[in-house]
Amino acid sequence: MALKLSEKGQHEVTRILARYPEEQSAMMPLLHLIQEDKGFISITDQLELAKLLRVPPMKVRGVVEFYTMFRGEKCGKYLIQVCHTLSCAILGAHTVVDVIRQKLGIDIGGTTKDGMFTLMKVECLGSCGTAPVMQINDDYYENLTEEKIIEILDSLK
Amino acid sequence: MAVKFEPVLTKFIDNPDQVKIDTYIRNGGYKAAEKALKSMKPEDLVKMVKDSNLRGRGGAGFPTGLKWSFVPKGTDKPVYLAVNADESEPGTFKDRLLMEKDPHQLLEGIIITAHAIGAETAYIYIRGEFFHPAKILDEAIKEAYDKKYLGKNIFGTSNNLDVYVHRGAGAYICGEETSLLNSIEGKRAYPRVKPPFPAVQGLFDCPTIINNVETLCCVTHIVNKGVNWFTSIGTEKSKGPKLFAVSGHVKKPGIYELPMSITLRDLIYDVCGGMLDEKRKLKAIIPGGSSSPVLSADTIGTQMCYDALQKHKSMLGSAGVIVMDDSVCMVDAAINLTRFYCHESCGQCTPCREGGNWLLKILESIEEGTAKPDDIDLLLNACWQVEGKTVCPFGEAMVWPIQAFVARFRDEFEEHIKYKRCPIDKDRSIRR
Repeated sequence: MALKLSEKGQHEVTRILARYPEEQSAMMPLLHLIQEDKGFISITDQLELAKLLRVPPMKVRGVVEFYTMFRGEKCGKYLIQVCHTLSCAILGAHTVVDVIRQKLGIDIGGTTKDGMFTLMKVECLGSCGTAPVMQINDDYYENLTEEKIIEILDSLK
Repeated sequence: MAVKFEPVLTKFIDNPDQVKIDTYIRNGGYKAAEKALKSMKPEDLVKMVKDSNLRGRGGAGFPTGLKWSFVPKGTDKPVYLAVNADESEPGTFKDRLLMEKDPHQLLEGIIITAHAIGAETAYIYIRGEFFHPAKILDEAIKEAYDKKYLGKNIFGTSNNLDVYVHRGAGAYICGEETSLLNSIEGKRAYPRVKPPFPAVQGLFDCPTIINNVETLCCVTHIVNKGVNWFTSIGTEKSKGPKLFAVSGHVKKPGIYELPMSITLRDLIYDVCGGMLDEKRKLKAIIPGGSSSPVLSADTIGTQMCYDALQKHKSMLGSAGVIVMDDSVCMVDAAINLTRFYCHESCGQCTPCREGGNWLLKILESIEEGTAKPDDIDLLLNACWQVEGKTVCPFGEAMVWPIQAFVARFRDEFEEHIKYKRCPIDKDRSIRR
């Protein structure tokens, strides 16, 4: 059984492999691809990726575990990541977390019962000039206020 | 605003069309690359950048031309250019702007630099969270291939160049150049022992130059406007325009392109409009990203250049300036940054992996009022156990801020211990 991806994903694999002189270099782009395709990176996919890249399975596992963005498990449809490093912290990151907690009824690391939202606190997102900041899936939301957060959450269905 | 400076790197960032190659060309783009490839030898370019005194804009401030000259002459191995777009140092947010708003300016710098060092492949290593900037870069690269500015025989010369975007996945350590290389090779991002230096043995064991985004953007303008233009800006040892990323308690946080002769006072009170809450006093400033030692308010007369900040026992670093007013508890700020470094330690070296947690525990006990009077010395001793004892400079990045917070605000640390509580009103300060 080979790595199963959507048709678009399968096409990408060849393109990605061609970028590097060594197969293992395609590891991170392919892990991103799998996660975009399936929402997380299962053990089965990790084993298949190891075969594709001709590396021991532990090399794949080691990379998945090292980088915080790679997930071994499913999360909510919307992954909310609130920055709480210094510039965001002094401009009210804790209020952002409190507002989301209250609105969604979940704690840090939790997912709403309907599987829509997962809430995380993360380190610096590199958007300190527009603090406080959160990232939902691929998008940044900046200069957050209580009203803005509620509006954003209400718009996500 | 009394401080006046004609921006160069950020001249076109307000034009939404600047991301398109035709607009970029209309605004004078790709002339420098064409000139460099058609009429300049690699050694001329290296000399030019050396003469310009351009220093790396990523944080270390290493002379760029000198770095380029370390690639072994006549090597039979392929040479690589790795672009450091990892931008993960808290307080730093300048490269994202350059990539999002003017991606071709970076590509042009890459084309020129690749010619100077003899590279035919360049990887832009961009932090994983920057999904949209990565897409913008991908689109810009596609446009450049279509115009034959990338690919085979670019600008009708014998030069070939392929450029690829390589996304990270949320690890701060990848900003360290050798771990960045391991990350491109599909490995855990552990820093490598130096020597060998990447310029000799880097990516895939081949000579590799790693340059920051802003550094490469500067290269384009040095070729365009000349060495004399570049060296006419700034102070004696800090030449050229510089992006300052200001965050925290100021009225107008943001990214400002200025000469490094600007004082911290002008940056905060003129350029950034002063303190966010005018009733509050300026208390502390981190001048160059979270790992640069904090300054107290009495040092705002300093120029924001490499030498002056060094005299104040700090550094320009990435020029990510974090401004804090007197609502911030200095122990809390130290805890916040130490927690960041603990989380981001790659775990390879014991002093850093274990030391971070000890530092955090001691700091937390000070904040909570359970520390003993000699715990400040214990904290400094633990810092010393980490400093200089790790493979990469991450160890220093973790302890320098703590040492500086203690050195400049020792009274506040002692007050916590003496009264067994934090003297700052928690509702207004950082809550953990």
